[in-house]
Amino acid sequence: MSLLQVKEVTHSYGSRSIFNWKDRSKKVLSDISLSIEEGTCLGLLGKSGAGKSTLGKVILGLERPQNGQILFQGHDIYTADNHIRKKIRRNLQVVFQDSYSSVNPRMTAERIIAEPLENYEKLTVAEQKRTIVELLERVGLSEVDLKKYPHQFSGGQLQRINIARAISLKPKLIVLDESVSSLDMVNQTLILELLRELKEDFGLSYFFITHDIKSAYTISDTLGVLEKGELVELYGSKNQFFTSEHPVVKEMRGSILAEHPRYRSVRTREKHTKSI
Amino acid sequence: MMTRIRKIFRSQKVIPICSMVLGILIIIAIFAPWIAPNDPIAVNLVYKLQPPSWEFPLGTDHLGRCNLSRILYGTRISLGFAMLIFISSLSIGLIIGTFSGYRGGWIDHALMRFCDGILAFPNLILILGLVGIFGPGLKQVILAIMLVQWVYYARMFRGMVLSLKEHNFIAAAKISGSSQWKIIKNHIVPNVLPPLVVMGTLEMGWAIMDISAMSFLGLGVQPPTPEWGAMIHEGKSYIRTNPEIMLYPGLVIMLVIVTFNLLGEALSDRYSIKRRF
Repeated sequence: MSLLQVKEVTHSYGSRSIFNWKDRSKKVLSDISLSIEEGTCLGLLGKSGAGKSTLGKVILGLERPQNGQILFQGHDIYTADNHIRKKIRRNLQVVFQDSYSSVNPRMTAERIIAEPLENYEKLTVAEQKRTIVELLERVGLSEVDLKKYPHQFSGGQLQRINIARAISLKPKLIVLDESVSSLDMVNQTLILELLRELKEDFGLSYFFITHDIKSAYTISDTLGVLEKGELVELYGSKNQFFTSEHPVVKEMRGSILAEHPRYRSVRTREKHTKSI
Repeated sequence: MMTRIRKIFRSQKVIPICSMVLGILIIIAIFAPWIAPNDPIAVNLVYKLQPPSWEFPLGTDHLGRCNLSRILYGTRISLGFAMLIFISSLSIGLIIGTFSGYRGGWIDHALMRFCDGILAFPNLILILGLVGIFGPGLKQVILAIMLVQWVYYARMFRGMVLSLKEHNFIAAAKISGSSQWKIIKNHIVPNVLPPLVVMGTLEMGWAIMDISAMSFLGLGVQPPTPEWGAMIHEGKSYIRTNPEIMLYPGLVIMLVIVTFNLLGEALSDRYSIKRRF
């Protein structure tokens, strides 16, 4: 059985109020079905506004879809009993794109990471502190960072804190919503490396949402392509992405810059990407 | 000369100076019985409308009561009740505004339309109307001001909660398994309260004005209790012969309001811009 199954999910935004009788909703997801196996990473590629983040929110249980089901280990996350939902919650974590807005500016790193621990684990003060220090060290920070506030960290460091918070409960699945997109190239590589290590160590699964083909290729096992709310392609192996003839995929592939400027003319680009 | 004064008002010194003035006023309010040279309500018609002397440093009013003592005692009522109004209306506004903004939906609509309704009336008229219903008296005035004032805070709190709700750390807290109550307590309130407390110092000036205005109209503090607005009210019959009876409390009201406004402005300059979002 798959860890997570998304079944025919359809969702649209838009509201009806007293002054706005007409239904002017906009469809953002239509009839999406996919599944994530335990210990694997599904990369979801798509342009801005394709509905990637909405799908992430739906999977996280933040936004109830109008139709369809999200099954986590066989339980529907929106209709399951409360105690099952609480268990599911703890196994589903998230790292957002904007590391600054994902942490409360008035909390120290220690309190940020402590939040999920306080809610689920009943640890003593000393145990909790030890766990937090271990987590910080695991993501490449140290004990001196415990008492620092978010504005004292760089974007990359803060993203590490977000990752530490996400793995603190040893979840099964982490939704990475453009988690590396706002970082510089060096930090991107480092964070991707860290994520890959954590995946091995904890047996994590990832749902990796991105518009960056290279980072998706680096970390994913399977790949999906989302375009205007529709899942146009879903590959069991990420290499199929480079042989697909779907026009959306071809367009995406065409946007990859060659390593060497010599290959950056339009004509040689197609030839070059085929050879990757 | 003017530029030099302006410079002082714009500089970093505003906060310490204003805090000092406020501190002195609070000390006066607490220790009024020990500082005041005379009994503020003792009537002695023999000494009526006296000029300043050693016994009565600011002279006496039409009933022979010591002006200085009355002003000192008046600090208690004006400052104390302004503080009470400030804290209570801030709390009501915080609870309703945060609840309304966080929950959204029809509750939000209903509460905010109610607030709009209250905001549509001029402040003072509404307070006047409420006092008319409750009957004159200090308690009734305080209650009326409170009932009107919280609406402003509720609107502001709601707006800030709405913008805060969009931040990812609220979503992250939900995913971390925090309850609604915990999110409001740990994430929302600590982020909306400080800027509004700063704005609240500006409102303190209004509260003092409102109390004084009601007293001036004879609806608030009843004689012989000393209160600045009531003192102006009582002194107005003697404006031709003894204008100082009105002048002293008027100056003190001005001092307090200017202090609060400068402090509020300086504090909001210092604490609102540097925030990260």
